[in-house]
Amino acid sequence: MEDALSWGSILARIAAQLLPVWVGLIAVFALSIQFKRRLGLYGRIFDSPVGMTGFGLVMFWVFTALFADWIITHDPLAQLSGMKNIVPGSPLADPVEGAYPYYLLGGDHLARDVFSRVVMGAREVLKIAPAATVVAFMVGITLGLPAGYLGGKLDSSLSFLSNLVLAFPVILLFYLLVTPEIRVTGIPIVLAALLFIFPVIFLTILFNSRFFTNPPKRNLYVGLTLLFGLWAYSGLAFNADPLGVWSMDPNMLNVFVSVVFVNSPGVFRIVRGMVMDIKTRDYVAAGQTRGEGPWYIMLWEILPNARGPLIVDFCLRIGYTTILLGTLGFFGLGVTPESPDWGSTINYGRRLLAIAPHPAVVPAVALMSLVLGLNLLADGLREESMKD
Amino acid sequence: MLSFVLRRIGVMILTAFALTFIVFYMTNLPPNLEKLAKSEASVRMDDAAVASWLEENGHTGPVLMRYGEWLGALPGWTRTNEDGKITGRCIIEGQDPATAPSHCGILQGNWGYSTVFKAPVTEVLARSLGATGWLMLWVMIVMVPSSLLLGVLSGMREGSRTDRVLSTFAITTTATPEYVSGVILIALLASATAGISPILAEAGWIEGKTLFPGTATSAMEDITFWNFFLPVMTIALYGIGYIARMTRASMTEVMTQQYIRTARLKGVSFREVVMKHALRNALIAPFTVIMLQFPWLLNGVVIVETLFNYKGFGWTLVQAAGNNDIDTLLACSVVAVFVVLVTQLISDIGYVFLNPRIRLA
Repeated sequence: MEDALSWGSILARIAAQLLPVWVGLIAVFALSIQFKRRLGLYGRIFDSPVGMTGFGLVMFWVFTALFADWIITHDPLAQLSGMKNIVPGSPLADPVEGAYPYYLLGGDHLARDVFSRVVMGAREVLKIAPAATVVAFMVGITLGLPAGYLGGKLDSSLSFLSNLVLAFPVILLFYLLVTPEIRVTGIPIVLAALLFIFPVIFLTILFNSRFFTNPPKRNLYVGLTLLFGLWAYSGLAFNADPLGVWSMDPNMLNVFVSVVFVNSPGVFRIVRGMVMDIKTRDYVAAGQTRGEGPWYIMLWEILPNARGPLIVDFCLRIGYTTILLGTLGFFGLGVTPESPDWGSTINYGRRLLAIAPHPAVVPAVALMSLVLGLNLLADGLREESMKD
Repeated sequence: MLSFVLRRIGVMILTAFALTFIVFYMTNLPPNLEKLAKSEASVRMDDAAVASWLEENGHTGPVLMRYGEWLGALPGWTRTNEDGKITGRCIIEGQDPATAPSHCGILQGNWGYSTVFKAPVTEVLARSLGATGWLMLWVMIVMVPSSLLLGVLSGMREGSRTDRVLSTFAITTTATPEYVSGVILIALLASATAGISPILAEAGWIEGKTLFPGTATSAMEDITFWNFFLPVMTIALYGIGYIARMTRASMTEVMTQQYIRTARLKGVSFREVVMKHALRNALIAPFTVIMLQFPWLLNGVVIVETLFNYKGFGWTLVQAAGNNDIDTLLACSVVAVFVVLVTQLISDIGYVFLNPRIRLA
């Protein structure tokens, strides 16, 4: 039997394993820095060291998730004998021909490779967090714009509803919303039907208000939006896609919908506040005098001028969503026991912290670095967008 | 001012009713009731037996009516069995039905019976809230002064090296949720195989195997520095970063104001300017932030109490939710909602008192 690896060679081997990620990172950074003057706000991230660090951390995890199949050293679900709770850098107890000879970051309580599970876990997180945040933003924007712009009864009732959700302790809400029993009642599907229609509404109004003076173009854009939007909608919310392209595992739908539901009131509040501020500006008054419709003013005059804070909040909110997903995993809600996602890995690892800390610490550090990257990126973006 | 407070309280009560009704509705969904029936009576019941058990225990009928009964606004259910025995929500086993009160909900002080802890909910709640109270007290004692200090120090001179270092620290802690920092702290300070404990133990500086214990169960009886340090730090760290960043933002804004420049120009020392002119104005914004942190602290409490096995409010909530203990879960949500709404109200009112520029009609 070979000796265990030292920390230096563990790190070297991990770095070698992550080769596709380094190549991707270098390519992105080289291209972006080369053309940063032509890339608008994105290019200006590379003027701020904070923003660049954050962007690097985020892209590191994005590439890790993308190339996960090449990076992993073992099947994340495979349980090899003799590797239970084994320390990082241990060689395989009975090496098989062709298998990677070490557990780089040790084994967990079921003798699975911690390194491969963390890498695959990145994929789990990055599959849900950005998408859920996008949907939450669409919901928040579609409701927040009219609430802030029109005010009145609409505003007070929507604000009451959003405060209602915000006053709910998040964990209690998760315990009520993400259970196998709830899935039987169909509440997640109702919520999905309610929340997933907003992106379609948003895009339809967006194109309609812009192009209604030019019917052929309007019909093309709105038609395409409705076609693809409703197609995806039928598949994702009701699992009734006639072609079977769009579908979502009921477990994942449950988690996704709950995370969107918790996030959208926050977005609503921010959008509403900003609209109330921006609608007093002169260019909005000018638009009104020109006879522009309310939706055109909201979507094409106010929204572009609110983009700075919204982009910053978007980055922060992906981080927050990552934390929420981790919380769900930590309490074992809505995840399958074998799932390599970081939250549930921490949950299983924490029970053995006193004897074998690495199965919990590795995903913990991974989650922290991703959220930190997003926060730093948001900080850099905020700094740069203030310079306008 | 008075009408503002009254209106806020009105909205608050409406919110409380809406939220408790949502929790009531969700916990009383048919699949949850079925699970309750099976765990209370027998796992092997068929559908008919479950239905009759639910019927006998008053879990049938319109959900609004049952909510009213739980609240104590409507009279509790009664029914006569085939053998002529009268049972009911307000009738305790063996009590004469004639002497039992007609209403028994939380308004009458009857919070129900916990099926997990086998005790009245009020008892369970009082014990767990007491435990969490101590935790929160120490979190506040650690969190508030240190975060304000950090924020003021880094906001005092924007862009200085102190500012950069402290801001990095703050942003790192806000990126570390409790279940991550807790795990890292335990691995560093309370693990027999990793972190600093093995080194200390080898050098003979500590008696046991680890510097800190990995659980806080012993703190239920006797709180010491050693068993309370890790849970308190885990919750406080997350909040420190957030509040410090808010304080910093508010402090930097105040430091650019005209009156600060005037004070500097007339020769007041920097120390005096910060202490006398800037500090009070800079602390208005963090006050609301600290108050609005409570809902988030509640989250932290649930995670930390689960992680450190400290049997407080959060632990009770998790146990109740995991086992569908309806009465306890409802009581927990009433408490949680109450805490959230009251802190919101206090933050609004406090904001007005602290900031003389805001006048409410």
